Amino acid sequence: MTQSIAKFIIWMAALSTIAVMVLILFQILKEGLPVLHLRFFLDSPKDMGREGGILSTIVGTMALTAVAILFGAPLGVGTAILLKEYTREGRTSFIIRFGTDCLAGIPSIIFGLFGFVFFVIYLNFGWSILSGGLTLAAMILPTVISTTEEAIKTIPHSYREVSYSLGGTKWQTVTRVVLPNALPGILTGILLSIGRSIGETAAIILTAGSSLVMPTSLFSPIRTMSVHFYILAREGISMKMAYGAGAALVLFVLLINMIAQWLINRYIRHRT
Amino acid sequence: MSQESKIVIRDFNFRYDSVQALRNINLDIQPRQIFSIFGPARSGKTTLLKSLNRLTDLVFGTSHTGTIFLDGMDIYDPKVNLTQLRRRIGMVFDLPTPLPISIFDNVAFGPKLIKFNQKKNLFEIVEKALKSAVLWEEVKDRLHTSALRLSGGQQQRLCIARVLALEPDVLLLDEPCSGLDPISTASIEETLRQLKKDYTVILVPHNIQQASRVADRAGFFLNGELIEEGPVYQIFAKPREKRTEDYVTGRFG
Repeated sequence: MTQSIAKFIIWMAALSTIAVMVLILFQILKEGLPVLHLRFFLDSPKDMGREGGILSTIVGTMALTAVAILFGAPLGVGTAILLKEYTREGRTSFIIRFGTDCLAGIPSIIFGLFGFVFFVIYLNFGWSILSGGLTLAAMILPTVISTTEEAIKTIPHSYREVSYSLGGTKWQTVTRVVLPNALPGILTGILLSIGRSIGETAAIILTAGSSLVMPTSLFSPIRTMSVHFYILAREGISMKMAYGAGAALVLFVLLINMIAQWLINRYIRHRT
Repeated sequence: MSQESKIVIRDFNFRYDSVQALRNINLDIQPRQIFSIFGPARSGKTTLLKSLNRLTDLVFGTSHTGTIFLDGMDIYDPKVNLTQLRRRIGMVFDLPTPLPISIFDNVAFGPKLIKFNQKKNLFEIVEKALKSAVLWEEVKDRLHTSALRLSGGQQQRLCIARVLALEPDVLLLDEPCSGLDPISTASIEETLRQLKKDYTVILVPHNIQQASRVADRAGFFLNGELIEEGPVYQIFAKPREKRTEDYVTGRFG
């Protein structure tokens, strides 16, 4: 009796989760898909987004995410390597890990405020791809660090012993044995970070602005797809176009996930 | 210190934190022989092997006294270049440890660690090493497939080839047949007999029979001490020490 009740509850929990996801997707795609024509992707917004497409916001999103990954990934991977390969578990690694855990707990609007004060005003980068990208880089650091650490942890110690016993230095061991084997895990972390970067709004409005003009340099202000969606809906400009942007966003993230997963699987298969 | 000894171990003690793993070891090992280190579990065999190429440096909290000479050079001298030392003293571990890359890349891993290595010679080095490890005929048509697809015995011979590609002086083998079936074991032992023509081999056998089959000399270790060493026929047929006799006749161990 208790068995079947437990089973029922667990099934309901799982089904509710799926139901929420299906409902969200259904709502977005039902309202958004009719808007998605080729021109929607190839035209920039006109009349505050009531007309035209979303091209400049796609470019803005990609540029911002690229800057975030470009700065965040090397810093995060480097920190994880320091923690796992260059330090013993001890006070130093405790302090660094405590710091990154704190970073993970900070609300995104606080990152936005920091980015606004530091990058936009103090360093005078203005509302720009650079300011927004650097702010996002700081936000994704904890994810990159912890996924990289997990990936490094799964590498058998014997691999390192092989490298050292063949005369490898620490750095050669890291670059030729540790990193190649941790790569699928690292890429998964970067993938999560891309998802987070694409979905972020609050911190972006404060640091990259909300300009609809096509960006021309790292110092151009931009509007990302998420911000575009937010402004269209929040300010009641056009719910139709908002859903269009939302549907495009969902498909965009799905596409990136699929491509990345395919690449990761291919890499793993190639090595075994 | 006799002139012709390849390795000379003098008053060597080794500790992991509070555990003393090796006690006052004195041992001379001659070139172009197979020297077998045998004894029960936790008798210090692996520690001695890993002290010889200083792989013990990877473990935190270890200490040693006494020293080890390789061709008269003190390997614990602070001036010793660890990379060069480990390239001269190759090591094969108890379980096959192919890296998850191709057969070719596994063997080329060591040579590639040196920057000025020319690409042209790399293939010759790999071919020669695989031939020495008696694996070439089995893998020559699939050098670029993953090493993980080889059988256990082939993987272990690949690990031997990977070490030979560096052209070391000394080979350390830590129970290289422990994960293998009798047929693979026989092929590894045959490989070892070929190798001793050119190399000094130090072998931890996975049983006493293996030591008596392939080794020239043997040393019996117990609780971190070297009980006795000598030619294999003497150690196994008429050991000087009671404890050695008890062990080789199967009274404990």
